[in-house]
Order: sequence, then structure tokens, then C-alpha cells
Amino acid sequence: MKQRERLIEALLALSAGISVLTTGGIIVMLAVEAAHFFRQVPLGTFLTDTQWTPLFADKHFGILPLVSGTLLTTGVAIAVALPLGLIIAIYLNEYATVGFRNVIKPLLEVLAAVPTVVYGFFALTVVTPFLQRLIPGMAGFNALSAGSVMGIMILPLVSSLSEDALTAVPRSLREASYALGATRLQTAMRVVVPAASSGITVSVILAISRAVGETMIVAIAAGQEPRLTANPLVPVETITTYIVQVSSGDVAYGTLEYDTIFAAGITLFVLTLVLNNVGYWFRQKFREQYE
Amino acid sequence: MSNMTRNRLLDGAFRAVGLLATLLGLLLLAVFLLDILRTGLSRLSWQFLSALPSRFPERAGIYTALLGTVWIMVLTALIAVPVGLAAGVYLEEYGRKSRWSALLEINITNLAGVPSVIYGLLGLNIFVRFLRMGSSVLAASCTLALLILPILIVATREAIRAVPKTLREASFALGATRWQTIWYQVLPASMGAFLRELFWPCRGRWAKRPRCSCWGCWPTCRLRQKAPWTSFRRCPFKYSTGFRAPSRHSESTPPPLLLCCCSLRLG
Repeated sequence: MKQRERLIEALLALSAGISVLTTGGIIVMLAVEAAHFFRQVPLGTFLTDTQWTPLFADKHFGILPLVSGTLLTTGVAIAVALPLGLIIAIYLNEYATVGFRNVIKPLLEVLAAVPTVVYGFFALTVVTPFLQRLIPGMAGFNALSAGSVMGIMILPLVSSLSEDALTAVPRSLREASYALGATRLQTAMRVVVPAASSGITVSVILAISRAVGETMIVAIAAGQEPRLTANPLVPVETITTYIVQVSSGDVAYGTLEYDTIFAAGITLFVLTLVLNNVGYWFRQKFREQYE
Repeated sequence: MSNMTRNRLLDGAFRAVGLLATLLGLLLLAVFLLDILRTGLSRLSWQFLSALPSRFPERAGIYTALLGTVWIMVLTALIAVPVGLAAGVYLEEYGRKSRWSALLEINITNLAGVPSVIYGLLGLNIFVRFLRMGSSVLAASCTLALLILPILIVATREAIRAVPKTLREASFALGATRWQTIWYQVLPASMGAFLRELFWPCRGRWAKRPRCSCWGCWPTCRLRQKAPWTSFRRCPFKYSTGFRAPSRHSESTPPPLLLCCCSLRLG
């Protein structure tokens, strides 16, 4: 009996250990493969060169164009999702009736449950032609269209998580504010939002991290031309797109060209890891405890 | 204009803006769904679902891709659900407060934030190359199982946490061992909550991150299925390779509709 219990506990612990193995696997894999790459390309060149042309005859290995492409699409996405998401969160929390909120919130969350390939297709065939009518001369593949659709995708992340943070603010704070004669807007802006600011910040950080790691939307709609630019109207390439492009193409395994995807992968991994941990740390450090 | 009227006006204005923003969000969703239905529905036919891929758009179908998707989903669930349940049970029932469980905790939070394309690379290296599975359904399923594992673990833990302590204590009082308590009391009592946690997107509070991505976005990176034991391709990938050739639009339009149906049903 005792032995059986021990055995079961060991089996369960082993299952839990798989998650550690996964992390270990990711880190070791990225490190080993990227080491191949960095033996041939110095880290300095990788971080400072402004061209990324590993598949061309004239090879340049500067990650900056890919990072700028990633940041550009992410920036557009946040510019869409942050104001809209925050306004929705405040509205649902402070103004809307409970019934309305309970219907609307899950509906909005459907936006985040749509497969991202479908979003990519939507960006390319609906949003881009629409934007091209507004902005003549915009390229068929561009960061603006991909970014704004990505913004729609992460909208529920911002709105729902911020709304949760706002809900966690105790009623007494609001009531004190109303008692001083403040309107709902004043209460929301000067009392509730500041009190929930850590939760809101975390929601935004998570949204950014999701946007940075997003693959299919940008692979389909943002183009595949790495370039160092802040212009959202031209094609760019993100880190994720590059990985998809090379790993699903016909580049031979074990070549320097192939190893570039691991260098790009490790950049992406570090980027999201830092973002997630800043979020995690922020939540631990600045969480307001009321009870 | 007095301060008070101004404040009232601003308040009213924000109410309008807030309502508009909310409706805009819903409008975007509606436009999106309508667009998919409009472009996809007319092209969706039995022939499209049951035909093999073809060079001729009007004869092409997604039978192989569809089967590939189904295969992968089933196999992924078969691999991931037992492991996820076991890990969740361990963390919640056994591994309290030890250093090992603290490590697991941080680890799972971080794993949940790793972009799916990185998992794709991992699968490519470990399953496809190192374990020599080749680009197969099995390799894809193993990779996807790793991807959804953190989500499953958190769902399990949320569900188990909701089981009242009295249930466990009653079981212990009757002389049941720990595992008997878990197997006969805790798990049956938490199954409903587990399934709810799993399929109801965003409803849980898991690490404050919606789990919507659970069934929606698979790592589409390089998980084509050729060889060992099947030659299927999954819808999303097929679809993503189809978009580059505009002439194939007629062929590649309905998949989003299908995908949406699938994910909405699951969601």
C-alpha cells in the first residue's frame, strides 16, 4: 500500500517535471544551436549591423531590422489595443450594468480565441484594401494592417484583464470619492484607475508580450522584407516571420543560414522572457492589498 | 459654465465614448465573422471537404488537411491531458511549499509566455530530428502537447482548488490513503470545473492570462506532416502556404471558416 502510494507520487512528480524539462529543452536547444551561429558571426555584428540578408549572396547578419519590424507591428497593435481596451474596461466597470458587462465581456473575449491564421487572412484581404483606399500608395504587405489586426486580437487581453484589476478595487474607495461629490469619470480617473494601475500595467505587458511572439498574422500580412524602418506603410519582417520563412523553406539543416533561425529565436525568447518576468515582478511588487 | 456642469458634461461624454468603444469592439467582431461567413460559406461544400488537394482550384478539397487537423487534435489531447492532469494534481495535492514546487510554479508561468514559434523550433529539433520522428503527426502532436501543457496544468489546479477541504477530510477520516482520496473524491468532484476551465476561454483567473490561445493558435511553424505513418497536412499550415498564391484563393478561403467554427465550438 505504502509502496503504491510512493510510486504514484513519483509518477505525478515526473509529470510535473516534464514542464521543467521543456524549459530546459528550449534553453539548451536555443543556446547550443545559437552557439554554432555565434562562432561564425560575432555578437557585436549581430546586434549592430543594420542589414539582415542571410539568404542572399552578400550576407549581413544584423538582427536590428527584424527587431524593428517586431517592435513596429507590436507598437501599432498596442496603439490600437491600449486606448480602446482601457476605455472599454473603464466603461464596463464603472458605467455599464452588471448584466451588460456579463454579456459583453465573453463576447469580446471571442476576439482572442480566433485562430491567428484567420486573422492574418483577414488583415491581408480586408483590412489592407480598406486602408489602401484611405492611404494611397501603401504597400500590399505592411506593418500597419498587420499591426492593427493584431491590436484587435490583443484587445480582450487589455480590456478583460484591466477590467478584472478595476473590479478588485474595493467599493469603499469609490464610495468615499462619490461622497466627496466626484462624478463617475473623476472617480474612475483619479481613484479607481490609479488604485488598479499595477494590474493594468501587467495586462499591457502581457499584451505586448503576446504581440511580440505572434506569428501567423505578421507572417501573412506584414511581408517578408527585413528592413530597419519606422514607417508602417512598407513591408517589414518580424523575428517570428523570419523563423517561419526559413524553417518551412528549403534551407538545408546545419548550414549557417539555417542556424540564423536559432539566433533569431533566442532573441525572441529573451525578449518575451524579460517582458513576462517584468510583468510577474511588477505584480508581486506593486500589487495593492486592500483586505 | 460652472465646474459642476462641466464635470457632469465630461461624465456624460465619457459614457458615450465608452459605449462607442465597446460597440466598436463588438462591431469589429461582427465585421470579422460576417466577412468570413460571406466569403467562405458559398464555397463550402461537401466536395470541398471530401476532395483531395488538386492543381485545379474548382476540384481542390481539404480532406487531407482536415484529417490532419483532427488527427493532431486527438493525439495532442491524448498526450497532453493525462500529463497535465497528473502535474496539476501533484502541484496542488502533494508539492506544497517545497523549493521544488516553487521552481515548478515560476517555470510554468514562464512557459506559458513562450511564443509558439519557439515551441515549433523545439519540436523540430527534439522530436523531428533528435528522436527521428520526422515531420509527422506524432511529432506535431508532441510539440503541441508541450505547448498546451502549462494551460492544462493551471486549469487542473484551478479546478482542484475549488474542491472543498471537508471532502478530503471525510475521506481521510474513513481511512483512505492520499491517492484514494484524490482518485475517488477530488478528481470526480473537480472534473466539471476542469472541463469548464479548459473550454471556456478567458474565464479562469490563471496567472491573469487568458487561455484563449489553447485551441486557437497552434505553432504553425514547420509542422508539415510527411512520412512516417501519414501524409497529412494541417489546415492552418496548408492555409498559410496557400495565401502566397492569389490564384488559389478560391481554394484557400473556406479554411478560416472551418477553423472559426471549430474554435468557437470549443470556446
